[in-house]
Amino acid sequence: MSRLIITAPGIASIQDIGRFGLQRYGVAPAGAMDAGSLRRANTLVGCPVGTPAIEIGPLPVSIEVAGPPIRFALSGAPRTLSIDGESVPLDQTHVIRDAQRMKIGSARGGMFSYLCFEGGLHCELQHGSNSLDERAGFGSPLRRRLQAADVLEVPAATAWHSERSAASPSAGPARQDVIRVILGPQEDYFYPETIDRFLTTTWRTALSSNRMCYSLDGPLLAHAKGYNIVSDGTVKGSVQVAGSGQPLVLLADRGTVGGYPKIATLASIDMDRFVQIPPGGEVRFKAISVGEAQALLRTSGARDSIALREASRLPGINPAALASANLAGLATNALDPAAFD
Amino acid sequence: MYAEPRFLPCGDSALSVEFGDAIDEAVNARVLSLDRKLNSQSIEGIIEAVPTYRSLLIHYDPFVTTFANLKRELIPYLGKLDLSRIDTNRAWSVPVVYGGECGIDLENLAAWNNLTTSEVIARHSKVAYRVCMIGFMPGFAYLGGLDPSLATPRRKQPRPDAPKGTISIGGEQTALQSVVGPSGWHWIGRTPLDVYAPDRNPMCLLDPGDIVRFYPISIEAWQSESERCAAMIRDAVQ
Repeated sequence: MSRLIITAPGIASIQDIGRFGLQRYGVAPAGAMDAGSLRRANTLVGCPVGTPAIEIGPLPVSIEVAGPPIRFALSGAPRTLSIDGESVPLDQTHVIRDAQRMKIGSARGGMFSYLCFEGGLHCELQHGSNSLDERAGFGSPLRRRLQAADVLEVPAATAWHSERSAASPSAGPARQDVIRVILGPQEDYFYPETIDRFLTTTWRTALSSNRMCYSLDGPLLAHAKGYNIVSDGTVKGSVQVAGSGQPLVLLADRGTVGGYPKIATLASIDMDRFVQIPPGGEVRFKAISVGEAQALLRTSGARDSIALREASRLPGINPAALASANLAGLATNALDPAAFD
Repeated sequence: MYAEPRFLPCGDSALSVEFGDAIDEAVNARVLSLDRKLNSQSIEGIIEAVPTYRSLLIHYDPFVTTFANLKRELIPYLGKLDLSRIDTNRAWSVPVVYGGECGIDLENLAAWNNLTTSEVIARHSKVAYRVCMIGFMPGFAYLGGLDPSLATPRRKQPRPDAPKGTISIGGEQTALQSVVGPSGWHWIGRTPLDVYAPDRNPMCLLDPGDIVRFYPISIEAWQSESERCAAMIRDAVQ
């Protein structure tokens, strides 16, 4: 085992694919906001796609390593990444050694990133998940967000022939993006003109965006039959219209039931792009049918494994060093550090 | 209650089977009955179901089934719902300190309803409530059966940190709050009973269909009642 020492925590927590089966007890699934980026970083480091990661919010994070080298990849929001001051690419595996420091910059035009490790973080499942849910009292190894001086355990890196990178870049954050929705389940609580207004407005996500909810700034939407419904179940992507007329998009840490009418629900295919919209970002919605949404999802390859390619050969063999170290011609000592870059 | 239940898509990964649009015991009985039925079956693609007052929300995997398929598979179950077995035959006696620091809104709520605080306490603690649903926050129990003379509109502004164990009234509903969290309801009392504990099995003491009765205690009795509750939980869990 090697250790990660959190030196600047930003807003970060351990998240995996989520905790399912407890919504009937009021426990929301939590889990990665951008599940696609979690899959991507886990695939790069050779882990099952739902392996727990450090979910890193918009603020900068720095982490120091103590112990044997470990291998990691960072995917998600565009931002800088460096090891001991040297800039290294996202969506690629890297090895970081004892006493080296990883610095992750602020998200630039995005929200969340996923830091995944070869062999996975050391933690224990609670009802099938390691995801942090502070209110419910779940989360492993910590039942709270990361703080400075926290120590996490990660297995030592194994020898790889080469590092890996994603064959194609990630979709990137949504800018003035169109997010597809399925109307309902309570679209009958709104006038047709209000639904038109919802679909033709360019909304801005509010500064308060968090794992529970993104509020949308724009015109207020009028309710046709009052704003109280008998509370019913919510999903990730439910668009509730609050009593004030402001739409609220419920997300991973939502309440499991809600008492405001839900005008629409985000289509799963656009969920990851939506959650990456930074505060103040613009978004428009387009209605599609549930059948269309499901057909799109099935043909999207959203659950296919991402294609990888060899990023670099490490350690690379330097022919010049080989030649100078090898006076006898063929008898190079292959373990001599001088033979490597 | 609707003549025919409605199937409402909640996005592309969940659907709601809605039996009515009011708080009504007959509607809730159908929800719980369908929930129990599905728990004993294995329909491909269903991830979990969430019973609420008047609808059953079914989360499913859209890579395994579709809205149209699942609806087709669910329809046959609706004709043969067994409504006779929805009660769990479990009843809980729950101690409550009404008013004072434990129920800061008791006096206002009494005044709003033209009642004395003792009348509110008497009317609130004489009912055998039924747990209609658990949700919003972990272990938060929505109870059916509130005396209509105690119904009070919710506050305009929710307050952030209702203490764990808060007993509240919002509109025609009363509830038992399990963990600290926001609430727009009126806080009339507090119980030392731990209805939710993440490391306990079961983590959530109450289930929809359970019966809950409140009895008033004084603040001085908090500690002894708290111990009595802990003992009751040990018995219930064994």
